[in-house]
Amino acid sequence: MMMKGVLRQDSRGQGIKESSDGMGTTEYNLNKDVSGALSNSATIKSGSLATEELTLSFGPQHPAAHGVLRLVLQLDGETVVRCTPYVGYLHRGIEKLAEHRNYFQIIPLTDRLDYVSSMTNNIGYCIAVEKLSGIDVPERAKFIRTLAAEMSRILSHLLCPGTHALDIGAMTVFLYCFREREKFIDLFERLCGARLTVSYPRIGGVRNDVGNDWLEDLYKLTEEFPMRIEQYETLIDQNRIWLRRTKGIGVISAEDAINMGLSGPLLRGSGVAYDVRKFMPYNVYDKVKWEVPTGKNGDVYDRYRVRMEEFRQSNSIIRQCIEKISSGPIMAQAPKFILPPKDKVLTDIEHLIHHFVLITKGAQTAPHGEIYVATEVPKGELGFYIVSDGTGKPYRMRIRAPSFVHISALPKLCEGAMVADVVANIGSIDIVLGECDR
Amino acid sequence: MEAREIAEAIKEIFQLEVKDIQEFRGQVSVIIKKERIHEIMKYLYDTAEFCFDYLQDLCGVDYLDKKEKRFEIVYHLYSFRHRHMIRIKAEVPEDDMFIDSVVCIWTGANWHEREAYDMYGIVFKGHPDLRRILMPEDWEGFPLRKDYPLRGPEGWEWKGIKEIEELHTNDDERGIKTGFKGSRDQGIK
Repeated sequence: MMMKGVLRQDSRGQGIKESSDGMGTTEYNLNKDVSGALSNSATIKSGSLATEELTLSFGPQHPAAHGVLRLVLQLDGETVVRCTPYVGYLHRGIEKLAEHRNYFQIIPLTDRLDYVSSMTNNIGYCIAVEKLSGIDVPERAKFIRTLAAEMSRILSHLLCPGTHALDIGAMTVFLYCFREREKFIDLFERLCGARLTVSYPRIGGVRNDVGNDWLEDLYKLTEEFPMRIEQYETLIDQNRIWLRRTKGIGVISAEDAINMGLSGPLLRGSGVAYDVRKFMPYNVYDKVKWEVPTGKNGDVYDRYRVRMEEFRQSNSIIRQCIEKISSGPIMAQAPKFILPPKDKVLTDIEHLIHHFVLITKGAQTAPHGEIYVATEVPKGELGFYIVSDGTGKPYRMRIRAPSFVHISALPKLCEGAMVADVVANIGSIDIVLGECDR
Repeated sequence: MEAREIAEAIKEIFQLEVKDIQEFRGQVSVIIKKERIHEIMKYLYDTAEFCFDYLQDLCGVDYLDKKEKRFEIVYHLYSFRHRHMIRIKAEVPEDDMFIDSVVCIWTGANWHEREAYDMYGIVFKGHPDLRRILMPEDWEGFPLRKDYPLRGPEGWEWKGIKEIEELHTNDDERGIKTGFKGSRDQGIK
């Protein structure tokens, strides 16, 4: 007989009471409760075992929760009947803080959204402010942003299958992925001095130019990287345990995925070829050749495959950017909105005053208006909705975070599945709670 | 369809509801009254020529002393089939903080509406599970309102911290070193 449900007896009746006489001899007494439990065994035989649902609190301190996510699971045996996510443990009020900061002071705040790929958040925010204030970014800066964003995508996608496989039980993928992650992070460090929270892009361009030696090293890395992707695939792609744990698990249909507002690899895994980079191109994504990989079944395995294919696309985009990049300025000509170059500030009084006013009061020339700009970050669609009232600070800055939407889809994925699949599902939606809670 | 055409079409169908159409940097906003929001959204979702099947974003905005009606709920809609987008803004006055939920059209609106309730106190009628989401459940006040301070008053602390402190009051007697009491005594908050 399959035992359905968790047997729960009266808590006092657990086991056999031990009493010691102090001389090493132990006698076991059957007390009343235990004899009661023994009489229960008769009902087990007759097949009318009393079962009840078990409530399991998963997280917020759980390594497979990928952060401070808490799920309250109602279990019937090993089947999840109900799944209720609780978020907000990492709520820092970034949207409220942004209303009290100048436009360029918000860039470091956006680092702390999806801290695994801070570069894409910075770029998304900068593009939103540039569109709001009508700044044209120079071509070279756009190329640098594109290749930096794709590096960031690779960084984030390396973390995802690594930790996902670790959760399911494959240790090696994690180590392999972190080997390459380190190389890309080292390049970030050479680029801007920071490894994780980069704050590299600026409104109107990027902070500093890239050197040819840096580009050459990156190019060498992209030559080597496709071979590394194959290595990851040999580890888990045909692995029987991996396939059993991921195929047909956490299935979400294309209609449901659209209706829930999912984006990124989740939506593409369900077969919808929606990518903001294709649908509303920004930077130079319309000048390089690449494809949008999609899945068919919308299960955990397809989402993993989409990310693996995106490695190759990102790698190819970086190579094309390096081949096509041309020399030129890296900051836009918009003196009322952009800090003057530092060497001028130190030698020229006009620039010093300009610098001082911008830092203390913010750009006073921001127009009245509102803008919604979506960019494709590794997790999905990151949207910035900025309402400007003409002062140097945003009147309202709304962050549409993909992880927030994706966690809201977790009950749909988990309900009816086994407890072990909850971990597989969380890994496959690739969430970062810093972004969800903002 | 161009965003402007969509806005004009909405205005034609719901003449009494649409208050204004604004355009900024190629993005068009349609400002509507909140009473028939569900009907308008359903129409935009169902009609083949609009086919707004994707709710990109939903959020609240507080225009304290700036606009006649204090709050706005902003919807960003997108259509995968036609690849067009529109922004719908529904006005919510301070003395009537209710608006119909759109969860039954887009399930993705669920958490966005909970967040708008959490941050502004706007109640979504017909929402299946309207609770606070980012703030603790016993939180007082609505943080993203313009009259809510960025920092609390001096010495103010969240009441939940007292419960945690009470749990640790007898730690010293029981010989448990959690470091919890010590850190508070040193003024680390």
